[in-house]
Amino acid sequence: MKIHEYQAKGLLKDHGIPVQDGVTIDSLDDAEDAVDQVAKEFSANRFVIKAQIHAGGRGKGGGVKFSLDRESALENIKTILGMNLVTHQTGPEGRRVKKVMVAQALDIAKEFYVAITLDRAKGMDVFMVSSEGGMEIEEVAKTSPEKIVKEWIVPGFGLRPFQARNLAMALGLNGDTAKQAVKMFTALYKLFQTRNCSIVEINPLVVTEQGDLVALDCKINFDSNALYLHPDVIAMRDLDEEDPAEVEAGKFDLNYIRLDGNVGCMVNGAGLAMATMDIIKQRGGSPANFLDVGGGANVETVKNGFRIILSDPNVKAVLVNIFGGIVRCDRIANGIIEALKELDLNVPVVVRLAGTNAEMAKEILANADVDLISADSFEDAANKVVEAAGA
Amino acid sequence: MAILVNKDSKIIVQGITGSEGSFHAGQCLEYGGNVVGGVTPGKGGQTALEGKVPVFNSCAEAREKTGANVTLIFVPPSFAADAIMEAAAAGIELIVCITEGIPVAQMVEVKAFVEKTGSRFIGPNCPGILTPDEAKVGIMPGFIAKKGSVGVISKSGTLTYEAVDQLVKEGLGQSTCIGIGGDPIIGTTMKELLEMFEHDPETEAIVMIGEIGGSMEIEAARFAKDNVTKPVIGFIAGQTAPPGRRMGHAGAIVSGADESAAAKKKLMAECGIRVSESPADIGRTVKEALRK
Repeated sequence: MKIHEYQAKGLLKDHGIPVQDGVTIDSLDDAEDAVDQVAKEFSANRFVIKAQIHAGGRGKGGGVKFSLDRESALENIKTILGMNLVTHQTGPEGRRVKKVMVAQALDIAKEFYVAITLDRAKGMDVFMVSSEGGMEIEEVAKTSPEKIVKEWIVPGFGLRPFQARNLAMALGLNGDTAKQAVKMFTALYKLFQTRNCSIVEINPLVVTEQGDLVALDCKINFDSNALYLHPDVIAMRDLDEEDPAEVEAGKFDLNYIRLDGNVGCMVNGAGLAMATMDIIKQRGGSPANFLDVGGGANVETVKNGFRIILSDPNVKAVLVNIFGGIVRCDRIANGIIEALKELDLNVPVVVRLAGTNAEMAKEILANADVDLISADSFEDAANKVVEAAGA
Repeated sequence: MAILVNKDSKIIVQGITGSEGSFHAGQCLEYGGNVVGGVTPGKGGQTALEGKVPVFNSCAEAREKTGANVTLIFVPPSFAADAIMEAAAAGIELIVCITEGIPVAQMVEVKAFVEKTGSRFIGPNCPGILTPDEAKVGIMPGFIAKKGSVGVISKSGTLTYEAVDQLVKEGLGQSTCIGIGGDPIIGTTMKELLEMFEHDPETEAIVMIGEIGGSMEIEAARFAKDNVTKPVIGFIAGQTAPPGRRMGHAGAIVSGADESAAAKKKLMAECGIRVSESPADIGRTVKEALRK
């Protein structure tokens, strides 16, 4: 799960980590009050207006604007709030900006990159810092990986003080700033650990002209398996930032991700669902979605699956590919029949059922008064659905 | 022979009194597996599977009374990490955890804990292990498989069934099929299983089904290049998955260049693995590899 920058900064503050502070608003009516409050509370006379969306690259897309005075701050709020922000992470359709953060502008001497995430290969959390802050860190990782310094956290032992010192030294910090860094890194790992984060990233972490360390931006994602432990994190979820069809699917325990093709897919199991998308592409088609109906698929899940797939107007044909293990194909067949009867279906449906009770399912489908194309194998199904979508 | 489990494996089921646990324990027993008991804290002294097996309060007790060397875990995600550690502490040699949705941070600790005990751990979030005609320790549908000489290693459940089905249609049986799970942190890796299959006299070819995300397939391929003499056939799912999106499995997310399907397939081919481009050609590719 993702949260906004202003929410992430709130968590940093809770852990005693200094942030570039500000006030977040969702209405133009509050613009003047917000600017005045930031001016007063943080003794700011210059401001940064920052679009709050769940995507990176906001600055390049025009969603972050430096403002030299109150007037230009108000002007920039007007421009950004409500704009359609396109970044490399939003896709070409962009994202509507519903909230902006009015933040204090700081005098920056240096910028660093700081992040904590899981190193899957090592099976340990890894704390990374780089003196190349503010840059595209992926680029740094590719061109000069030696500039990213890492400390791995031994499970059960936490970030040790010597590791925090090593990280501060790697950034070339000394004196009081180094002490601040050690304290901050320790607090940051504690935040990562106690909230079951999957990534905590401060980019950039800045040293101000005054020698203070401040988090200028912050991104935090959470392990969705662990959300049940953190009701306060769940409360920060912003459904406006998610695809409505994906949110709807989640209500029925369906795992749906919208893509830009025209062949709708309903599959059981994530691996087979990905493989189904792949084979559609290989046969010259293009998948409209990823949809895993899961291990407990029944009549209801199949019906809801169809409804969600068909909410995408680009869908020209649907492929149901089920390999029944625990899932019984006869139940899937009944679900398909009910869905076809209840929903006003005007696209061809190709069905391939294999595994548990597949023969029974074929009989059920053959005897039902519904219009569908049946397929014998994975390959046959892919060929038929791509042809149906193209016709 | 086969690997990991056979007809002599003595299996207990943790969470045997739950609905999923009891259903699948029954299926494993019906398949012919030697299910000798179950564990549910607080329900020791009862029986499960219509009185066929005893229930114990702890893994240690179950092991002492039954001599169990394999455990199959079905407990809910919030208790699963503890269940795995309990099994490892009790000295059970093979731990298979089916449970989906265990917090990643807990798995990091579990993995470190289990490694200190010497138990082998498969999963979590996996379909388990099937040695056709001998034992099923998990949720794979036994009837689709056939005894033979192809070893199958996979991150996915239903895609494994698909591959097994294709193999059977080509007239090829399996020595053992293992679903290793699609989570970011898992117990036994592809590389370790490749090594076990290489040393298994019953296995003549190995199918390795991976996904986008992580670097496990790459490590396995590099290992295979110098250490595996048997033909290895590979497939990677997720060629069409957009970067940054989690495709169902918590581990199936492309976060670095080397984690894409294309990058993995290329490196696998360079390491001498026969890569099936289409998921529908896995069976045929194995057949061809065995002909040569």
